[in-house]
Amino acid sequence: MADRSMISIHGISKYYGPYPAVSSLSLEIGGGEFFSLLGPSGCGKTTLLRMIAGFVEPTDGSIRIDGQDVTGTPPNRRPTNMVFQNYAIFPHLNVEENVGYGLKRLRLDKTEEKRRIGEALEQVRLSTLGSRKAHELSGGQRQRVALARALVMRPKVLLLDEPLSALDKKLREQMQVELRSLQQAVGITFILVTHDQYEALAMSDRIAVMFAGKLAQVATPKEIYQRPVNRQVADFLGGMNFLSATVTGDTNGKVAARTDIFGDVVLEKPPGFTVVEGKVTLGMRPERLRLLWEGETAAKEIRGTVSNRHYFGETTHLSIAVDGLSAPLSIIETNNYGADDLPIGAGVRLAYDPDALVLLAE
Amino acid sequence: MSGRLRLLPVFVAAYLLFLYAPILLIPIFSFNNAASTTFPLAGFTWKWYVTLAGNTVMLDAARNSLIVGVSVSILATLFGICAARAITRYDFRGKRLTSGLIMAPLFLPEIIVAISLLMIVLAMGAELSLLTVILGQTVFCIPYSMAVLVSGFEGFDRSLEEASQDLGETAFGTFRRVTLPVVAPAILSSLLVAFTISLDEFILAFFLTGTQQTLPVYIWGQLRFAAKLPSVLALGSLMLLASVFLLTLAEIFRRRAENRKILQEVPHG
Repeated sequence: MADRSMISIHGISKYYGPYPAVSSLSLEIGGGEFFSLLGPSGCGKTTLLRMIAGFVEPTDGSIRIDGQDVTGTPPNRRPTNMVFQNYAIFPHLNVEENVGYGLKRLRLDKTEEKRRIGEALEQVRLSTLGSRKAHELSGGQRQRVALARALVMRPKVLLLDEPLSALDKKLREQMQVELRSLQQAVGITFILVTHDQYEALAMSDRIAVMFAGKLAQVATPKEIYQRPVNRQVADFLGGMNFLSATVTGDTNGKVAARTDIFGDVVLEKPPGFTVVEGKVTLGMRPERLRLLWEGETAAKEIRGTVSNRHYFGETTHLSIAVDGLSAPLSIIETNNYGADDLPIGAGVRLAYDPDALVLLAE
Repeated sequence: MSGRLRLLPVFVAAYLLFLYAPILLIPIFSFNNAASTTFPLAGFTWKWYVTLAGNTVMLDAARNSLIVGVSVSILATLFGICAARAITRYDFRGKRLTSGLIMAPLFLPEIIVAISLLMIVLAMGAELSLLTVILGQTVFCIPYSMAVLVSGFEGFDRSLEEASQDLGETAFGTFRRVTLPVVAPAILSSLLVAFTISLDEFILAFFLTGTQQTLPVYIWGQLRFAAKLPSVLALGSLMLLASVFLLTLAEIFRRRAENRKILQEVPHG
């Protein structure tokens, strides 16, 4: 993963009039890391990316890339290259000319230039389309051209602004895999901006979740999904059952709490967490609750009744009403045991793992 | 059902005949070896074209038309670029109203526009000359230029300039290597359209000109002399040919601009 710091952002802010798009944010991104900026639209993730690229001048703070302070350096003199959301393929040039656009400035000799263009096209598997005009390309091909055009410059950091959002689902999933292996092959830092949590989870070494111009959490995909620090992050990353609990003990690193349905539990405190008025919110991901079928038993189980059912092909999402809970629990079951046939009103037993409970700040 | 199908080609043929037959008569009679424009034709001749070549008044008018046409196309395109860029790049209050007002001369009665411009020029005490014709026709051509340019500029995405900068190019290099080539077809198309309109324009040229006349005004003057009609037809044929040629060229450039525009809408898949 991160061998050394490639990007070092210190106390950066961007104000548009009185409104902060990004406010005093600090972040370290390692060399060779696949790093995602994840958040809803308007959270400042694109502004942050554009500040790294040099298109947006920060109101405050500084950015260092590979040890060099680049604050105030124009985009054409930064060791970064960008893949734009709409790909920004030059419409008057063919594929090779697009890829070779930036090389022209370097005044390489012709054979070297040709070699590097060929190499970049090969990397994105477009070798046969070099002479195609830009308007003859499909969306997926345009994206590959945009990638090759940026990679051919051998940047220290590749910036990707929602590069997959214009593609249809199948192609998007295929490109996620390809982008990830491309990044591992070239070994440079990739910074991806996305609002799609699955995309971020599937591709990244680390994810920064952003809300309202601030970082909410920076961690590995697994950590961010399983141990979200607050309700907002938990909610943004996927389905979550929220429960309230009464605090029975509050020590340095841990909180003991009593829940209505899971009994007494002990939870790790996320950094900076404080208990307010003896109450806390706990979360449990739907897939951490499991239906128990006839004859099955588990160490920890609770009873409930099916109150709602949604069929998703490979999975069924069930709502289970439990005595003592105001909102039903959501669970996700794969459809190989008959969860898709459970009638509404059926009594069920659920197995749960108390370790899957997380403490969430509001 | 089948009866209707057989009538359709007849209707289309009649339709096209109605559109083009009168215009086609002009070149036909321009090669007719007779002073009158009546059938039957009296044999083929080049002589009306030969007379034209020696007609210094006509050549002067042609030169004037060229001066006016070139000036008008450049001025209208310059103003059109400003307006089209504002409309396609920025959002501002009253944007729809502004673009509507710029397009309006297209739908105003031309003769009224001509009279009002004449009143202004006279009130200002200015001399009627080719300059006043140029200014008048520029007002008239801006809407055409703007319409062509807006359609071309709509395809120009800011991210193209950013991508160029991102790839190491300077601001000037970006203008030369990206901005200009991408919008060039629309600009050429606008120049050609404005020139063609100016070449054919009569009312403004007639009202606003002094002693120097443009080709349409010259033609109007010649129509009083029946004997001059065949050479007018020869001149008309040449102007027709020039117009068709220029508009075809303009359309080719417009389509090229259109092609570049389509690229901005990323297809799925």
